[in-house]
Amino acid sequence: MLKSLFTFITASLLLVGTAGAAETVKLALIDPLTGPMAGAGQPALEHLKFEAKRINANGGIAGKQLEIVGLDNKVNPQESLVQLQKAIDSGIQYVTQGNGSSVASALIGAVGKHNQRNPGKEVLYLNYAAVDPSFTNERCSFWHFRFDANADMKMNALTTYIAENKDIKKVYLINQDYSFGHAVSKAAREMLKEKRPDIEIVGNDFHPLAKVKDFTPYVSKIQSSGADAVISGNWGQDITLLVKAAAEFGLDAPFYTYYGASSGVVTQLGDKGVDRIYQINEYYGDFEDPEMAKRQVEMYKETGWDFYYLRLSTMLDMFKKAADKAGSTDPVKVAKAMEGLTLETTNGEVVMRAEDHQIQLPMFMSVMKDDMKYGAEGTDYNFHKVARIEREDVTLPTTCRMRRPK
Amino acid sequence: MLEIVIFSTLNGILYGLLLFMLSSGLTLIFSMMGVLNFAHASFYMLGAYFAYTLGMHTGFWPALILAPLLVGGLGALVERFGLRRVHANGHVAELLFTFGLAYVIDELVQMVWGTVAVAYREPEYMREPLFTLFGTDYSIFRGVVILISILMFVALWYLLKKTRVGLMIRAALTHGEMVGHLGHNVPRLFMGVFGFGCALAGLAGVIGGPIMATEPGMAATLGPIVFVVVVVGGMGSLQGAFYASLLIGLIQTFFVAIDASVADLVNAMGANLDPYGELGRISLATLAPMTPFILLVLILIFRPRGLMGELEP
Repeated sequence: MLKSLFTFITASLLLVGTAGAAETVKLALIDPLTGPMAGAGQPALEHLKFEAKRINANGGIAGKQLEIVGLDNKVNPQESLVQLQKAIDSGIQYVTQGNGSSVASALIGAVGKHNQRNPGKEVLYLNYAAVDPSFTNERCSFWHFRFDANADMKMNALTTYIAENKDIKKVYLINQDYSFGHAVSKAAREMLKEKRPDIEIVGNDFHPLAKVKDFTPYVSKIQSSGADAVISGNWGQDITLLVKAAAEFGLDAPFYTYYGASSGVVTQLGDKGVDRIYQINEYYGDFEDPEMAKRQVEMYKETGWDFYYLRLSTMLDMFKKAADKAGSTDPVKVAKAMEGLTLETTNGEVVMRAEDHQIQLPMFMSVMKDDMKYGAEGTDYNFHKVARIEREDVTLPTTCRMRRPK
Repeated sequence: MLEIVIFSTLNGILYGLLLFMLSSGLTLIFSMMGVLNFAHASFYMLGAYFAYTLGMHTGFWPALILAPLLVGGLGALVERFGLRRVHANGHVAELLFTFGLAYVIDELVQMVWGTVAVAYREPEYMREPLFTLFGTDYSIFRGVVILISILMFVALWYLLKKTRVGLMIRAALTHGEMVGHLGHNVPRLFMGVFGFGCALAGLAGVIGGPIMATEPGMAATLGPIVFVVVVVGGMGSLQGAFYASLLIGLIQTFFVAIDASVADLVNAMGANLDPYGELGRISLATLAPMTPFILLVLILIFRPRGLMGELEP
């Protein structure tokens, strides 16, 4: 009697176990989780895990439970390909990555090759932050979806804001020396020339990615150039240390950045960053929406990281919506459902443009302020919205001619 | 232009002095024990992390003393219970031992303090400007760092040249066995020097941490440059290490500051390079992080014994 009960229980447990295992869909995050750029990868991992819980509570992805797997690539393209292979070998069909267009470039190539050679075992690459414009232009791929505005769109929004500020006459550009940094610099020069031909570019510097520890030599150069605004696309440690050095040397020029609210900036700068660091992003630190405020408070309490990557939430929500619509987690079907998909977010409607798989969304210019209701990193500082740039004003045409699977 | 020269000089000297603090310990250990300590930069990292943790309880100044002592003690233990045993198996075993140790320390730091940078900062009052020149502030902390480095340099010189211990160390550098035969405890001296070298690295970490960012990658970024300093200065030469540190510090900061391209530099020396070519248009600022290694290659080709080295490596 007891024995049969025992076998029944174990058998049913085993069944539940296997059933549970079959009902998951895994998403691998390939990003720097250690090393100098871990400050960009770790919060993304925590954000994904935090939001996955919400997705799973709401029925998961097409009925399956979403599981996030973190794979460390140390911002190294070769290492990323090893991790991608590892993910593929363990049956993962969805990968996401954001930090480093150099890495994204390698992943797009590898995913495309894999999908061509392994029909029926396709892998989808969801890009949440690698913003080299070419990925949704001349190098666009059916297997790649970008959930962040690309570097040109961000610069389009940023220069629109700068163009209205007539006090700015001299601009200094400082960027990381790789495809993304050069894209930022090129876009800044072209767009400023068009929108404000009177602005003079007094410097255009490139420094190696994640190698510079002491930015003081660059800062004295900016200081002596007489610039009254600095534009930088730096991310990770490169933005934290840059603005830290600028604050230390009393550089008064404001920084217009892509990633000024990266982890570590408010802690490192404190008072010296107030009214000085601007960020163009899809979100800001006011958390006017009570639902977002709730997530910020909960996530900070649970993980010690701020609710910073709204685009990761958007990405997961769109992933869910597309899979639910397709009624499947098959990457080809999900990809087809994702094309042209719209989603109502806290900032209004966003669209995944079918032509080039580039999300279309409104952007916000925000500036670091003290005494904010929801402070970042446990301080009272956060980024306060100063301007909203509508979707129509951010969007840019694409040259993409996508090849779709039959 | 003048402001760039002044601030670049100050920054270069500060960076150079930090490098010297690291490389002086390394070169002392090398010349005495013949061990190239691959884990040296890891002790520098430990110094920064110890000061960060201690500083939260004791404040900056006590941490400035305690953290290097702790690192030095740790170094002495490593020598006593690790290196000394491995020593019997020759230099290759010692090299491999320190190589492995560097990895172990890296992993331990990540386990204890996490994989991202910690908020190790100088005390609030030291962030105020010491002086302001051409609208640029120079913080009190940077002044303090330069002062501490110079004091340390003087103390090191005094210790080696004017004290009995220094006499023993200098004797042991060249005639280790003879010093032993005279009744001195050479293994204990080795342990002391190793610990002292590590303590210097730790001190560099304490004052370098707030300037360079305290994160698990800090050992890996500075490690190779410290070796460059030792080779350029001449293996085992303290004086050489001093000049090499300052040279590298200044070159690196000036390369960033000068707005010129490779073509400008080479053409100024009389060559004729296309200023818009692939090579010629590279700006010197982009090359800056590479300069220590370019210098290393040049030195190894033209002066293999280094600036002041006595031995052929």
